[in-house]
Amino acid sequence: MDKSVKEPLIHITKRKMISKKQEWAIRLGSILLALIVCAIITTITTHLNPFSVYASMWEGSFGSERKIWSLLKELSILLMISVALTPAFKMRFWNLGGGGQTMAGVLATTTCMITLGGKVPSGVLIIISLIAALAAGAFWAFIPAFCRAKWNTNETLFTLMMNYVATQIVAYFIIIWESPKGSGKIGVINSSSQAGWLPVIGGKQYLLVVLIAVIVTVAMFIYLKYTKQGYELSVVGESENTARYVGINVGKVIIRTLIICGVICGLTGWLLVAGTDHTMTTTIEAGRGFLGVMVAWLAHFNPLGMILSGLLLVFMSRGAGEISTAFGLNKSFGDILTGVILFFVIGSEFFINYQIHFRKSHRKEAADV
Amino acid sequence: MQDSRTPAVSMRNITKVFGSIVANHNVNLDIYRGEILSLLGENGSGKTTLMNMLSGIYFPDDGEIMMDGEPVMISSPKDAFDHGIGMIHQHFKLVNVFSAAQNIILGINEAEGKKVKGFSKLDMEAASKRIREICDLYGFDVDPDQKVYDMSVSQKQTVEIVKVLFRGADILILDEPTAVLTPQETEKLFAVLRNMKADGKTVIIITHKLHEVEAISDKVAILRKGEYIGTLITKETNAQEMTNMMVGREVKLNINRPEPKNVRPRLEIKGLTVKTDDGITKLDDVSFTANTGEVLGIAGISGCGQKELLEAIAGLQPIEKGEIDYVEDDGKRVNLVGMDPIKIDMLGVSLAFVPEDRLGMGLVANMDLADNMMLRSFRRKGSIAGFTDRETPRKLAEKVVDELEVVTPSIGTPVRRLSGGNVQKVLVGREIAMNPTVLMSAYAVRGLDINASYMIYDLINQQKERGVAVVFVGEDLDVLLELSDRILVLCGGKVSGIVDGRKTDKNELGLLMTKLGGGEVG
Repeated sequence: MDKSVKEPLIHITKRKMISKKQEWAIRLGSILLALIVCAIITTITTHLNPFSVYASMWEGSFGSERKIWSLLKELSILLMISVALTPAFKMRFWNLGGGGQTMAGVLATTTCMITLGGKVPSGVLIIISLIAALAAGAFWAFIPAFCRAKWNTNETLFTLMMNYVATQIVAYFIIIWESPKGSGKIGVINSSSQAGWLPVIGGKQYLLVVLIAVIVTVAMFIYLKYTKQGYELSVVGESENTARYVGINVGKVIIRTLIICGVICGLTGWLLVAGTDHTMTTTIEAGRGFLGVMVAWLAHFNPLGMILSGLLLVFMSRGAGEISTAFGLNKSFGDILTGVILFFVIGSEFFINYQIHFRKSHRKEAADV
Repeated sequence: MQDSRTPAVSMRNITKVFGSIVANHNVNLDIYRGEILSLLGENGSGKTTLMNMLSGIYFPDDGEIMMDGEPVMISSPKDAFDHGIGMIHQHFKLVNVFSAAQNIILGINEAEGKKVKGFSKLDMEAASKRIREICDLYGFDVDPDQKVYDMSVSQKQTVEIVKVLFRGADILILDEPTAVLTPQETEKLFAVLRNMKADGKTVIIITHKLHEVEAISDKVAILRKGEYIGTLITKETNAQEMTNMMVGREVKLNINRPEPKNVRPRLEIKGLTVKTDDGITKLDDVSFTANTGEVLGIAGISGCGQKELLEAIAGLQPIEKGEIDYVEDDGKRVNLVGMDPIKIDMLGVSLAFVPEDRLGMGLVANMDLADNMMLRSFRRKGSIAGFTDRETPRKLAEKVVDELEVVTPSIGTPVRRLSGGNVQKVLVGREIAMNPTVLMSAYAVRGLDINASYMIYDLINQQKERGVAVVFVGEDLDVLLELSDRILVLCGGKVSGIVDGRKTDKNELGLLMTKLGGGEVG
């Protein structure tokens, strides 16, 4: 008679409770493990000393004051888009259109700067372009929200497709405004008059961007945690039926929340054009709409946590760039290391949520004889 | 309890663990041929898990199963069938667009006819013939050609039973078979089970209803919290003894029914008609009055419009036609038709509603107790406009935990982590804290253990004595008969009768539920 033990070798159960301490121990452990794996890969494939590679990654982000500021700028922009997506995600509205909503803001700002540059005082132009950018971002987010609220369309596909539409419209206007003709680029807008450019405060070009990002992040944290609207949107996200049951107008909450998303994305687009880049390209948003999704998820939708997860991603991408130039390595090598580290960081979430049990001793065999 | 015969099935030291939950612990159970055995226990006591191991759905972590004294290995439902064990699950597993006969032969080679060039021909006729034979033998009423989508719940159940018999099972396990049946259908099922017993079949019924145990079984095996407590001969025991074994201590078994006081109309519903989005009529011309200080029970087979009725009153269902008049203390009337829950609340009408779907509608499963308390109150003005007041709900959560003896690690625990009874206490506690004038509840004790159920009955009676108009949708007729002052019976979206809860009986209710009684009674 077949009486072999049927207990599987490993078996996975969901954890009931885990302390914050354990959680962070798992996270840090996974990063340490990732660094070890990366070190092995580095040694085998490039015969370089992994520690000098790591040191140069660190250099790439924190090596000089200039590098630190540009890291902070990158982080601020990424953080703003991540924060913008958060209320939608908390509402289980999978907004993948952060990129498109930012592009709408970019286009609105550029349009104002090009058409009104020199016609109105720079200060007025800044305000007009800000309003235009916020409205454009809000409009771009409103469309999928309205369709979802009204006809229950799938927001994932809808927002995703809206990204490409936005990029194509931007491409169209780049051709119209290209300068010099035939270059396929707009070049620096109002480069001599600097009309519509954001002022430099404290002598640091990116200080304003960083400040705005900090304010937005903290404000979002408070909005989600302490306001009635924040509470409403999490009820809608958890259960639309419960929301209906207590009289929350689900459609209204969806539209309102997405307008908030769009406004923050529009603000980000405004900062990109008027504050940092002073031009418009089709790649100005640089995939941050998607990267922001990852930042938000890694931080479990806690805006303050996104400072950390955003920092990790920005640090990795800057470090990857640095080692490829410092050691003359193919750029893909940096990407491999980034990939390994992200794999471990995301993987650690699995071990935070689940527990793995290994098969115990074969007690049954003894009973069998 | 010893028996000189060899048990048909004997389960020895069976243990099954799911993660950190021990579903069965060292269970020993003997089942003898030609007997009807009830497996009695509260929800979560491990009845279904134990039987699933017998029918090959789960494999025990420890222990062994013997049949006729020989150890056997049951590791799949097919193994179970090979040993003549068949299980009828609570949720039917039938293909809707197939006929009864097609469903019955699904997945077996019995109906194979002659082989033509390697292909075997499906011999439906022979199959139908055998199905008829089985039906005649035990008194089933099945038309082999009827499609499943045309069948009532009890017909579907019959098909499931025939399916198991067709496969040659002589040990049948039925998981809560009466949960979906009317009293009359239950009687019919029991008659069939008795015929099967007379034919030498062994029947195991999983149940938590005592009167069914008494009505049908020869023996009753009791499980409590995953452990085997004992087996009794049904004739030699009584409801009180069984309950005590099931719960583990003495419990009182009668529900209070205080005399109604200050009875005045509170809700007057006239000609209420509700249709689904697809235009299917769910409520058809429903009229009744709910009075203050009175419990109005609502009986009916599930899906007869109970859910729609309560949701329509609560402002969650679009109303096709009709009136819902709320009568205030001074006699002023407010029509609630077309209002959403916020508008109703703003009128000062305090309408508490404990919906059927506790975690999907009444509460937010992933939020903690305090945040769930806030669902009803978060719109109230806080100290800063636009911001939520966290303090009041937190205090309310503490009060509810304290007064209703909710078992929870803390008020910061997400409610999905609580057991069914505690979830319901949280929900009922919050609704009662609204100081309602109307309390509606749907299947308030479904899935609750005996203690939690009685606590809910007590709370309902307290509200009734406070002068609240209570509308209580129930499925257990015994409970409805003990708790309600009046009982409204719904049948297919229509009111088939309103009867006095003190004068009516189960038979009358059963007839009204299937409209066999016909006509308006009260």
